Amino acid sequence: MRRVNDDNQAMSSLPAEVRPQPKSLSDLFISFTLLALQGFGGVLAVVQRDLVEKKRWMTREEFIEDWAVAQIMPGPNVVNLSLMVGGRYFGLKGAMVALAGMLTVPLVLVLMLAVLYAQFAAHPGVAGALRGMAAVAAGLIAATGMRLSGALAKNVLGLRLCAVFGVTTFAAIALLRWPLAYVLLGVGGVACVAAFYRLKP
Amino acid sequence: MTDAPQLVFGAHEWLELFLHYLSLSLLSLGGAISTAPDMHRFLVDKQHWLTDAQFNASIAIAQSAPGPNVLFIALLGWNVGMNAGGMLTGLLGVFLTMLGILIPSTTLTYTAAQWGHRNRELRAVRAFKQGMAPIVVALLIATGCILAGANGKAGNSFVQNWPVWLLTGTTALIVWRTRIHLLWLLAAGAALGWFGLI
Repeated sequence: MRRVNDDNQAMSSLPAEVRPQPKSLSDLFISFTLLALQGFGGVLAVVQRDLVEKKRWMTREEFIEDWAVAQIMPGPNVVNLSLMVGGRYFGLKGAMVALAGMLTVPLVLVLMLAVLYAQFAAHPGVAGALRGMAAVAAGLIAATGMRLSGALAKNVLGLRLCAVFGVTTFAAIALLRWPLAYVLLGVGGVACVAAFYRLKP
Repeated sequence: MTDAPQLVFGAHEWLELFLHYLSLSLLSLGGAISTAPDMHRFLVDKQHWLTDAQFNASIAIAQSAPGPNVLFIALLGWNVGMNAGGMLTGLLGVFLTMLGILIPSTTLTYTAAQWGHRNRELRAVRAFKQGMAPIVVALLIATGCILAGANGKAGNSFVQNWPVWLLTGTTALIVWRTRIHLLWLLAAGAALGWFGLI
């Protein structure tokens, strides 16, 4: 495992040419399969850890940008993200391979689980263990947001505006339970317009 | 699940299943799970292809298994197929539901993402990415909180569910501040739950 201290500086200053990237389609497939298999209760936390911090196929900033697109577009978010990452390196073929890597083996596993489920569902320990794992999985997702928040320091909006948009979004989703589409279009729309005016033409 | 319906499926029903997922695909903004209420309406209430228990189990199993949460859709298809025959029709159900939910959204996302990447220097594209960044970060934290709230025992109040919140909060802090492997944390959560501490 890489050390913490070289983390931030190295990522942003690395020129595009020497940045690590998937060696081949099979590397891509295996990488995404391994990612998916580590992701209990959602793959996102693992994707951020693995692709950004370990493999360094993308920077924290790129991850946030891609995740924004993955969220905006219809379809499962991590599926969208795998399409985009695979497509970046190997075009359509890469997108399909990354998608297949993300889905194939987990699909087989989940079907096997469904077949086994009936025998173990009644055991109180199993239900408890599932609840415990789900609580941890929720923490993993929140932590992914916290880890990525460091990337906002370089945002063109500035930290104060970022905080305003962030807190508004959090309140609308977590407290008021507004539909995601409204928040993305409303708060996101205002933020994009603000960013547009802050960027030099 | 002894009361699972025995279904007789012809080409028409399979096509209907496929088309329904095809039509849901572009509506699945914010992840496939956001279309779960509509799937419940269609599969359980309208068509009676699945029981409530089968529907809920499909989601619970997919959430607890490794891999993307979208696989709950595969399990719904599997259970519809199992009700309509056996393993073979089950696999057909998986195949049709997954293709249906994925084809439109992946096509659109891939095209849009490639366009965005080619035009990444455009002011509007850069503004979109910069503007969305704080929203994305906040959404992740909010999602964690919502999921944590959904994990409590049914009927318990916020305060009664404090062990769940404590576990979620501690996990978030540990992952934020350390590089411990995520699987250890999941194992710890499973152990706490197994012994009834959560």
